[in-house]
Amino acid sequence: MARMKFLCDADRCIECNACATACKNEHEVPWGINRRRVVTINDGKPGERSVSMACMHCTDAPCASVCPVSCFYTTADAVVLHSKDLCIGCGYCFYACPFGAPQYPKTGNFGSRGKMDKCTYCSGGPEEDHSQAELDKYGRNRLAEGKLPLCAEMCSTKALLAGDGDIIASIYKERVAKRGYGSGAWGWKVAYKETIAI
Amino acid sequence: MTSMLSRLFQTAFFALALLILGAALPAAAQQPTSVNPTAQSVKEAQLLEALKPGEPISGRASIPNKDAANLIQAGRDWRAYNQETLPRLGMLALLGTFVALVLFYLIRGKIRIDAGSSSQKILRFAAFERFVHWLTATSFIMLAVTGANVTFGKSVLLPVVGPEAFSAWASFAKIIHNYVGFAFMAGVGFTFLIWVKDNIPDRTDIRWFLAGGGLLSKGKHPPAKRFNGGQKIVFWSVVLGGAMMSLSGWHLLFPTVEGMAEAQWHATIHGTIAFIMTALIIAHIYIGSVGMEGAIDAMASGEVDLNWAKEHHSIWVKEEQERKSGSRISGAAQPAE
Repeated sequence: MARMKFLCDADRCIECNACATACKNEHEVPWGINRRRVVTINDGKPGERSVSMACMHCTDAPCASVCPVSCFYTTADAVVLHSKDLCIGCGYCFYACPFGAPQYPKTGNFGSRGKMDKCTYCSGGPEEDHSQAELDKYGRNRLAEGKLPLCAEMCSTKALLAGDGDIIASIYKERVAKRGYGSGAWGWKVAYKETIAI
Repeated sequence: MTSMLSRLFQTAFFALALLILGAALPAAAQQPTSVNPTAQSVKEAQLLEALKPGEPISGRASIPNKDAANLIQAGRDWRAYNQETLPRLGMLALLGTFVALVLFYLIRGKIRIDAGSSSQKILRFAAFERFVHWLTATSFIMLAVTGANVTFGKSVLLPVVGPEAFSAWASFAKIIHNYVGFAFMAGVGFTFLIWVKDNIPDRTDIRWFLAGGGLLSKGKHPPAKRFNGGQKIVFWSVVLGGAMMSLSGWHLLFPTVEGMAEAQWHATIHGTIAFIMTALIIAHIYIGSVGMEGAIDAMASGEVDLNWAKEHHSIWVKEEQERKSGSRISGAAQPAE
């Protein structure tokens, strides 16, 4: 089985936000939640770079570790998923996540956050593949159809890469070698405790 | 004529060529051989190195959610504390206190009223004081149980009852915790207001502590006012600990305005103080119930045995009796001699 990862080549990202838009549309993500977003570092200054960021599906994920009801699980493809049936909306995963991935549909007081929502790597949830319940709670399950996450598949500059970690790392390395520069595999060191040497 | 004209053209041509060349030369010298667009670009490695603890790598995001502009929040300190240090600390505090109390009970036994119970009673806590105590006590126990569930539930209860049942209970416990918190805050506030005047530390407390509170040996009772040194520790722990629990809990209840570092900090304080307070309250419950004869009456009916009061709060009993006899003299008609 593959070890699925995301990699955003910030030197290619043009901040078009199509990844964020496609994600919202594909999964019909509730209003106010962005499973993926684009962050621009040093905006307006020389050398600014944009990075598309979502759940990185960490190795030894902090969200899963701190969850008081253990509602997280890691799939055979190393995708970190959670059960909305078990989630109690306590907010601990939100405190622990280095990438701000877990979000809640409600920002109500007295801790009424609702069930946590985050990027599923387009691979649904614990429900049966392609079931209505899975679609309603987690969105589409593209991985079960043999497709990669939509955000990366439709990226116009191919800045955002999704797929097996070793393969996307080799693609990135090749690019860096060819063009002679690269600002790094954003988030890899924090998420996977390893990075791609440039 | 033609030669002169052609020479003029020639000169003008050379002058123009020189001018263009002269202007072009520095520009040509400036032209780099290849373009490096990343010479000035931000690099993740540099940003991570420059990252201060608790601060995120952030930029600008074009969505209203401000948190979305934080790209990476490095550091897994909170996770490590929450999943390793805190459960250990909690276990140590709770089991340590329990073991210590069992040992104390086995060695010292129940602390009896040395003089035996008298027929007289003395009012120790008025109805409102007892109400405040039980308001704080019941809310604290509910909060302690539902709070401990967050730390220990998944390792103790989850394997027994299964994920669905545990999630339902944890969801219910979370709601209880979030709402009962307000009752506890009110209880702590009232506790401070009604008892602070009797809880200012003074010299009697030093003597009380030096005598070990009279807990360690039979028949020894260091003088104490309305509250002895040990009770003052409980009071200030409840007031100060309760204030910190309330403050950090308030921030966790209304979390929309803060950054991650603050939220982590509040959760850390909340959990740590919770276990310390729970350990202390277990000891408080012990000495107020099975540990000491006659102590429970103070918070049950409010009236305690006079001999108990004389042994444990000698100065207070004296003051109380003087106050009563004094008020009788000033208030009612003087008895005929």
